Amino acid sequence: MANIPDDLHYSKDHEWVRVDGNVAVVGITDYAQDSLGDVVYVELPKVGDDFAANESFGSVESVKAVSEVFSPVSGEIVGTNEALADTPEKVNQDPYGDGWMIRVQMSNPGEVDSMLTAAEYEDFTKAEKE
Amino acid sequence: MVDFGGWDMPVQYPAGTIEEHLRTRRHAGLFDVSHMGEIDVRGADAIAIVNYLVSNDASKLVDGQAQYSALTTPTGTVVDDLLVYRFASDHLLLVVNASTTEKDWDWITSHQKGGAAKLNNVSSDYCQLALQGPDAIGILRRLTDVPLAEIKYYHFTEGQVDGVPAIVSRTGYTGEDGFEVYAAADKAKQIWNKLLDAGNYGSESGVLPCGLAARNTLRLEAGMALYGHEINEDTTLLEANLGWICKLNKGDFIGRDALARQKKPGCAGVWSGFEVTERGIARDEQEVVINGERVGKVTSGSPAPYLKKNIGMAYVPSEIASEGQEIQIDVRGKLVGAQIVKTPFYKREK
Repeated sequence: MANIPDDLHYSKDHEWVRVDGNVAVVGITDYAQDSLGDVVYVELPKVGDDFAANESFGSVESVKAVSEVFSPVSGEIVGTNEALADTPEKVNQDPYGDGWMIRVQMSNPGEVDSMLTAAEYEDFTKAEKE
Repeated sequence: MVDFGGWDMPVQYPAGTIEEHLRTRRHAGLFDVSHMGEIDVRGADAIAIVNYLVSNDASKLVDGQAQYSALTTPTGTVVDDLLVYRFASDHLLLVVNASTTEKDWDWITSHQKGGAAKLNNVSSDYCQLALQGPDAIGILRRLTDVPLAEIKYYHFTEGQVDGVPAIVSRTGYTGEDGFEVYAAADKAKQIWNKLLDAGNYGSESGVLPCGLAARNTLRLEAGMALYGHEINEDTTLLEANLGWICKLNKGDFIGRDALARQKKPGCAGVWSGFEVTERGIARDEQEVVINGERVGKVTSGSPAPYLKKNIGMAYVPSEIASEGQEIQIDVRGKLVGAQIVKTPFYKREK
């Protein structure tokens, strides 16, 4: 059973958002990392780049496949997890902690309200499995 | 699980592709490759019939020997690559790819030239389990009296594995020492489980069951071609750098004239190995770029878990297919530096 912390917001593309003031911390979920398998490469944007909600901000690669990752919120990148360059496996080991990907200065903080709650995301992943 | 030529196949087992790959290099990996097709050829003219259909010289085989070969088209391209096993001068077994078994069967039966032999598609009679890695011989020894150490590379013998009649072949698709065991299809589960037990599955240095993804990364590191990627019906054997299985002097075979014609001037493009030198992973179908010009295509691109590099194979113009040549790969719109290198990328110590 995938780990789905209660205090985060979730997207249907399997990203999570932790709200920290006007900044959103974004990563991929436990369910997502488990489906991908061993993560070997993470491509992240540069600080200062702007993204609209649901725009692709980078990619996560396993041995077998490439998956795009999408920013659930609009805004400017104010931080990226540089440690993932050398230790992409942190995405597998600690998807909600050391495996975080970007920090976004939200231009429209209301966008997180339209994201899924933990309970909704759990139902969503169950439906996707079936 | 994914569909692979009509078979439900696991991409990976719970340990994951990287661990499966590394375990095979360091200890042992077990692969269920029962999906491979088998075509039995029996009769006085078995060798002559097969030799007209394939590019390598089956007449050079001795009893108990296997040979890598290819079914070629009249233009020298490849219907499939295969192993030819010789049991006796009047009995051969062709082991072909799963997704092409039906195509191969149709090709063979419609292109075979007369002679006395009976062909049978016996694919569903056999299971095939590949036990690969430095510990393979020690593990298999626990289940068989067959003198494994005496079987030379690309040779085989018939015997019993866990009491089940089997063909034990010292072949594989990983670049490691190892064996491929063929037995009756309904014995697959029994032999699989016994091999896992004999190999201490569950312990840190024990055998691991391996899925399709590890099978692909292992063969790629070992510089082996994969049908549908490096070889296909659009690429000749010579372009695929498989001149070593193209025996133009053995007598007539399908595609011989076309391959002989191509041999002299050489090929416009050939298959080459490359290593990514910047950050990024090359993937299948991405384009090879030199000085802004799109000159070729990646046929297989992947991280190489043992070498800890990102490697691949690509078709490039012959004039640039030399070691050290700098190229770029178009990785989803971003040009990533790479370099032509020698294959195999990985070679085991003997």
